[in-house]
Amino acid sequence: MPLFLNDDQSMLQDTARDFMAGEAPVAHLREFRDKNCKDGFSHDLWKQFGEMGFTGILVGEEDGGLGLGHVEAGIVLEEIGRNLTPSPFLTTSVAGVEALKAAGEDMRQRWFPGILSGETVLGLAIDEGAKHRPENIAMKAERSGNGFKLNGKKDFVVQGASADMLIVAARTGGSAGETEGLTLFAVEREAAGVSADAVRLVDSAMAAHVAFDNVEVTADAVIGEVDQGWDVLTRMLRAGRTGAASEMVGVGTGAMDMTVNYLKERKQFGTLIGAFQALQHRAAHLYSEMEIARSVVLKAQQLLDEGNDGAELMVSVAKAKAGRAANLAVREGVQMHGGIGMTDEYDIGLYMKRDRALAEFMGDANFHANLVAEMNGY
Amino acid sequence: MIDLETFRAETREWLEANCPPEMREPVRDERDVCWGGRDWTFKNDAQKAWFDACVAKGYTVPEWPKDYGGAGLSPEEGKILRQEMGRIKARPPLSSFGIWMLGPALLQFGTEEQKLHYLNDIAQGKIRWCQGYSEPGSGSDLVSLQTYGEDKGDHWVVNGQKVWTSYADKADWIFCLVRTDKTNKYQGISFLLFDMASEGVSTKPILLISGNSPFCETFFDNVKVPKDQIVGELNRGWDVAKYLLGHEREMISGGGLGDGSLSLGSKMVTGLGKDAMGRMDEPMLRAQAAEFDVDAIAFKAMSERFVDEMKAKKNHPATPNMMKYAGTELNKRRHELVMAAGGSEALEWESEESGGGAKARTWLRTKANSIEGGTSEVMLNVISKRILELPDS
Ligand SMILES: Cc1cc2nc3c(=O)[nH]c(=O)nc-3n(C[C@H](O)[C@H](O)[C@H](O)COP(=O)(O)OP(=O)(O)OC[C@H]3O[C@@H](n4cnc5c(N)ncnc54)[C@H](O)[C@@H]3O)c2cc1C
Repeated sequence: MPLFLNDDQSMLQDTARDFMAGEAPVAHLREFRDKNCKDGFSHDLWKQFGEMGFTGILVGEEDGGLGLGHVEAGIVLEEIGRNLTPSPFLTTSVAGVEALKAAGEDMRQRWFPGILSGETVLGLAIDEGAKHRPENIAMKAERSGNGFKLNGKKDFVVQGASADMLIVAARTGGSAGETEGLTLFAVEREAAGVSADAVRLVDSAMAAHVAFDNVEVTADAVIGEVDQGWDVLTRMLRAGRTGAASEMVGVGTGAMDMTVNYLKERKQFGTLIGAFQALQHRAAHLYSEMEIARSVVLKAQQLLDEGNDGAELMVSVAKAKAGRAANLAVREGVQMHGGIGMTDEYDIGLYMKRDRALAEFMGDANFHANLVAEMNGY
Repeated sequence: MIDLETFRAETREWLEANCPPEMREPVRDERDVCWGGRDWTFKNDAQKAWFDACVAKGYTVPEWPKDYGGAGLSPEEGKILRQEMGRIKARPPLSSFGIWMLGPALLQFGTEEQKLHYLNDIAQGKIRWCQGYSEPGSGSDLVSLQTYGEDKGDHWVVNGQKVWTSYADKADWIFCLVRTDKTNKYQGISFLLFDMASEGVSTKPILLISGNSPFCETFFDNVKVPKDQIVGELNRGWDVAKYLLGHEREMISGGGLGDGSLSLGSKMVTGLGKDAMGRMDEPMLRAQAAEFDVDAIAFKAMSERFVDEMKAKKNHPATPNMMKYAGTELNKRRHELVMAAGGSEALEWESEESGGGAKARTWLRTKANSIEGGTSEVMLNVISKRILELPDS
């Protein structure tokens, strides 16, 4: 398979590009930020995502979805990134769906229709503490009757307060630091004992600290196998990390394009600032980094879609590389805009903010570089 | 075209039968690289066997047409052959400026006669080529070159000097940029081919910081070049030169891929050892190695995409400049890390154990990667102008 988009994928890209630029450009993010929206995204837009079919990209055809892959999900995410579109797409339709694919028929029937139509939102309750350390999960799920009782706290649950269901990773065995003994649960957001403390993040997205106080769930709430949650979690994280990498490619490219355009407009010392070699070289270096990031993200997605064993390594490389490249793009973006880059009125700062949030999501570049070292035996 | 999986299976089988085990070892010194040419002596039987097998099969230049000494493989088949050779770590059977640089230019600009003659000689490793572009006063600003070819009816008489001419003292022929019109800067250069054994050609080796002297000053003193030894039109050699530079840059960028193995850190750790957690026993170097591996694996994907897009004619024509910039900067970083991991052992310059100072010499050699074939700064200029379309100063 060549390492570029095929014709169908290019068509999807055109569709997603037109849609996002038309329906949810940066102005849309500003609107929702400025009205202090409690959810941080538009439910109408989310339904439109459903009408466009985006929500079903990763859902199998047998479950009413399109049965497409991570390449296609990434195409949509890149446009989301370029336009800073606020939506539950990454958490719900990419990571969440990937986890639910491991669930039994009943659970899939329960959640997929709402996701497909753009009505249901999922929250991912994985992280505990400020940094992503999935194997350190300590939250407990004790057996109780024919079900489980959940106790603990989760952080950085994006859209946690407005979600309909939370995918919760908790310990049914083992101890923090071990991958054995984890179990994933589908917990209704409204279940007794679940309380979400919503917080606005730097990029205007809403996340939540979620507390679980003796939350009772039945055995049917388990996604996959008890104690074997690491497998499903890994699958979900791979999807989420690659997806976030795609979104960062979009954010980085958006910031870069904006900056290069600015270099062609702004004059100082009687000439366009884009004629200064000091800036040209930095812009060219940035271009090169973004192209490399784009390539490895696509590579990771193709390997995931093939079910290739090399996918895990490539996903971490993609998340780390896209993280570094997009970070460079937003930093250079603000600097090369000069004073106007520091103003709220101008969009470049919004790119910087979104990038920071995506950088943390499911492990930052350091976390993934460390994984790359571990996977290579050093 | 046979289906690709059959092709892969056949290729595997063919490689198994024809690529000797010695030719699957990493290249250790200059003589491990087979350059071919009139004076070439094979280092050993394995090198010769592998070379002969590939020449017979057209695999020194697998994607060139059969008439010109290639195997006529499609891009997809070519990719599979590269993958399969990579899998068994097969060395290239033949390395040459003819394959990487002149060949592609001839395929694009040569006459049918030239193609049949020169390309077959390149494919069969009969003639070793060198590149006469740079001059003492014309490096990055190549188009200012002064070497002059005076029109003498059925031939030119060439006078002037080239410099940094890699392997000029070992090459059989040169492809050379010569001014044929002093009144026109860009459209006054012709792309000439001539025999280094011609009367009036002399070379003087230059010693590099690596202690080797692979390149030369090259002097032309009334060298006669017949008129049919021009590629492309008279005074339009700059087009050929630029096209060729694209291929050269692409080739040099390949250094960014290293020896094809995925992780540098996993090699560094064998020397440095591990701590109780199983981690490289030098935390700062471990972090740098991890960052490097991220960049190197990502570059490898870029390189794959570049080749795929090029075959499908999808990428921006200036992309080789970006590949060259990224690949060479990466390779320089790689060898900084190799030296840091090697510590004082890597400083040894002559000892047997150090392979005659292989690490240090290679490290120094890589510094040229971002100079030869156009400097990194020039690459960044080209990306700015041609891809980002930033204004001229
Ligand atoms: C190992 C090696 C092998 C080589 N082999 C060959 C060969 O086989 N045949 C051949 O013809 N040539 C060969 N070269 C020559 C090579 O192409 C030149 O060295 C190169 O083009 C740079 O030219 P220069 O050395 O004159 O440096 P200069 O052009 O003088 O550059 C000096 C510095 O100025 C910078 N600079 C120059 N112009 C600009 C600009 N516009 N903007 C910003 N910075 C600028 C450069 O980036 C560099 O850092 C080889 C060189 C090396 C090192």
